[in-house]
Amino acid sequence: MEEKKIILLSCGSFDRGFLKKVSGAVEDEYRCKVLTEECHPDLSPYYNPARRQYDGDRLLNRIPEWTSSGYSKLIGLFSVDLYIPVLSHIFGQAFLGRQTAIASSFRLRNELYGLKQDDGLLQSRTIKEVIHELGHTFGLVHCHTLSCVMRSSTYVEEIDLKGMALCSTCRSLIESDSILP
Amino acid sequence: MADKISILIVDDEESVRDSLLNWFIEDGYEVEAAGNAKRALQLLEEKDFNIILADIKMPGMDGLELHRRIRSLNRDTIVIIMTAFASVETAVQALKDGAYDYVTKPFDPDDLSHLIRNAAHQIALRNENEALKERVTTLEEVDDLIGQSEAIVRVLQQIESVAQSNASVIITGESGTGKELVARAIHANSARRYFPLISVHCGALTESLLESELFGHEKGAFTGATFNRKGRFEMADGGTIFLDEIATISPKMQIELLRVLETKSFVRVGGNREIVSDFRVICATNRDLAAMVKNGTFREDLYYRLNVVNIDIPPLRERAEDIPLLVNHFIRKYCISMSRDLITIEPAALKHLEKFEFPGNVRELENMIERAIVIGNGREIRLKDLPLGAETAESSVESLDELEKRHIGQILLKYNWNISRSARALNVDRVTLYNKIKKYDLKQKE
Repeated sequence: MEEKKIILLSCGSFDRGFLKKVSGAVEDEYRCKVLTEECHPDLSPYYNPARRQYDGDRLLNRIPEWTSSGYSKLIGLFSVDLYIPVLSHIFGQAFLGRQTAIASSFRLRNELYGLKQDDGLLQSRTIKEVIHELGHTFGLVHCHTLSCVMRSSTYVEEIDLKGMALCSTCRSLIESDSILP
Repeated sequence: MADKISILIVDDEESVRDSLLNWFIEDGYEVEAAGNAKRALQLLEEKDFNIILADIKMPGMDGLELHRRIRSLNRDTIVIIMTAFASVETAVQALKDGAYDYVTKPFDPDDLSHLIRNAAHQIALRNENEALKERVTTLEEVDDLIGQSEAIVRVLQQIESVAQSNASVIITGESGTGKELVARAIHANSARRYFPLISVHCGALTESLLESELFGHEKGAFTGATFNRKGRFEMADGGTIFLDEIATISPKMQIELLRVLETKSFVRVGGNREIVSDFRVICATNRDLAAMVKNGTFREDLYYRLNVVNIDIPPLRERAEDIPLLVNHFIRKYCISMSRDLITIEPAALKHLEKFEFPGNVRELENMIERAIVIGNGREIRLKDLPLGAETAESSVESLDELEKRHIGQILLKYNWNISRSARALNVDRVTLYNKIKKYDLKQKE
């Protein structure tokens, strides 16, 4: 049987230690191999000067072309500000029950809200966001359990309130049809 | 909330539709999208949506006009108007027309999330309010079982003794004798009274519709099954299911029903998950089920499963002594509901009613009194206000349309122009009722 694999595709400026911690957390949560790849695509075609942001819908569709590896799930991690036409911004988005997702660390940074830089907090928020979006690719919808990583978060404080792991209900849902052993 | 909130997105921009669709699906809502107002109206003919997000600027019919159309179809739907170009005038107009809110694209995800959550909360409160009103109505309607005759007292005693048990009951009696009232009275006096009483008029549905109505269906089970839907057995969990006109169900449905009654479990049409429901069953018929068993048109095993207790309601002509009490009760009931002073009935009119045969039983008497109050002089019911009195000949030449108009008008008045309840009472869907209101130019008095 083919080994299941998640690719964490770095499409921004992240240091390797940061990416290693993110991929390690994802590996622990989904209990499968996570491969980190770095790419440096030209993002200018996705830039919307009127909004001074990058088009999340188009990037979500494009990232499969930026890796040549085979994968079960692919998540593109960006450091630029992402939007979709109807929303002012997004932390990330995914194709529900399919293979691809994207996430951005841009709005997860404390500095954006006038607060002191906090690398630890940025890392934990990024991990939660990546695990959350990957959860959608496994077919999970938002969960009402307070501590579940699949709880909907529309602002950073909400991300801080939830945990890094799936609740037992969400876990059992993906285990019934999953990459998990 | 028991049922999922359903959302319809109406926007001519595909990217907006897709983004919102994805966003709401991830949030666990049931969502559909339409690219224009025409398509939205088509979808609305097929099913109701709880919330509609409509763009204001679309080719053809714009969002404001769509909103007006939606309001005329279903006043309960929450409509949120979206626009890329905010202007105070359009915002004011949308809100004046009764839109729930008005939002400017692009939205902050947090604002959108709150907006939908608040709308869902409002829907939950409204549903709860409706359910409570329904319960109050149920309790009021139980009061309609009026009479001192030996026959009706016996029925009331039977209701009292059977209510506390879980036994299946068959209620028999001619049309209009009040079989559903007896079912409501049993439910209202039972330990199940805090759970729903779900009524199904078996005679009004085809076999396949009845199957889907009773057991529910899964999305895609058949053409038009675009969403999962709970069946009546599932809705009656903890309460009572009332199957009216049970004698009309097909042999296939008789087998299905027997199996459900034996196992208290079933599978939705097109599904494979076993659903368990705890309900009590009460049936009614105006036909002789024992004779149907004998001639092989009704299953004997089902008959015995249903007929643990039989309550037979006598026709009104066999308890004419109850007529004065019933007349007074209905006068009081309708004067209160029409906010009028209590009126009396002239002795000649009452005497006439006591002698009348009433083929339509108590329902016919009730309709006569309601009509007499509507058309009368506001002080007393006279013989000429009754269709069986001096003006019988005149009213008999009324056209079918006139009769229909008058009847619909009375029902709307009775239910205070609540379209859903009036449509239910008339046994038509809401769209049909709206069409009739338009056809007869019926208007609600301020």
